[in-house]
Amino acid sequence: MKAAVLVFPGINRETDMAKALAAVSGVKPAMVWHTDTDLPAGTDLVVVPGGFSYGDYLRCGAIAARAPIMRAVAAHAERGGLVLGVCNGFQIITEAGLLPGALVRNASMKFICKEVNLKVENRETAFTSAYRHGQVIRCPVAHGEGNYVADDGTIAELEAEGRVVFRYCDPTGHISPAANPNGSTNAIAGIINARGNVLGMMPHPENLIEALHGGLDGRPLFDSLVAALPKAA
Amino acid sequence: MKARVVVTLKNGVLDPQGKAIEGALASLGFDGVGEVRVGKVIDLELKATDKAAAEAEVKAMCERLLANTVIENFAVQFVG
Repeated sequence: MKAAVLVFPGINRETDMAKALAAVSGVKPAMVWHTDTDLPAGTDLVVVPGGFSYGDYLRCGAIAARAPIMRAVAAHAERGGLVLGVCNGFQIITEAGLLPGALVRNASMKFICKEVNLKVENRETAFTSAYRHGQVIRCPVAHGEGNYVADDGTIAELEAEGRVVFRYCDPTGHISPAANPNGSTNAIAGIINARGNVLGMMPHPENLIEALHGGLDGRPLFDSLVAALPKAA
Repeated sequence: MKARVVVTLKNGVLDPQGKAIEGALASLGFDGVGEVRVGKVIDLELKATDKAAAEAEVKAMCERLLANTVIENFAVQFVG
């Protein structure tokens, strides 16, 4: 794995993400500044981390999505390279048009910072192969705008093609409005593009990868990526 | 030339902020208010002097950055 973690002004989860990638893959990722125009040679995974890029001005992720480095990220995705967007990173790659739909204000109007349960709806991806199908995992969320919306046609397509990868659920895996923290359509917590190389998710798997975090449920996501990518020289 | 861009949420997109304002207005006794929706106003000072060119330019700005056309509509007014 040769990962690059993007850094924008106002991002604050880049260190957590870099530590998770290094802990699981054994290789430190490159930290790439938003004004750069190229990714480091040989990058096979781009991670857009969480935070509050540009103070969430205009719309969450809107300004970061137009940063110079994002052209290189689009080209990387176009070549089939893997892209993971977490939280603000999900908002950024969606604003950049790498994923359909949009993330709007939580239905409750509240910023939500807590642990939720997620159901792994599709394990046949480069990001989730180390999970079991239908596995229920715990994962922290911390966002004010995580309410996934898209037009009916897009939602139908995501559902029909198994592109809803993570869904909010209760501890038994049951999906209900009560277990949906932000009002997302169909309790969507994470989606993947049609080609299967760009995944966006609101929850933070990087914050549940060692015992001191209180659990290891985020680790299989990184294990999956390590398995999917060639070993770095 | 000055342009004013008004960005509004598309019909059907939930607007929790509008709902909160709706509730607050009702609590103040304004019971004649139906649905409330919140949008944004963005004022731009433009160097352009030709209105048609300015219109095309502002439309491009809206489509590329100022509005997210997945969830928002935009309207442009020119002043002065």
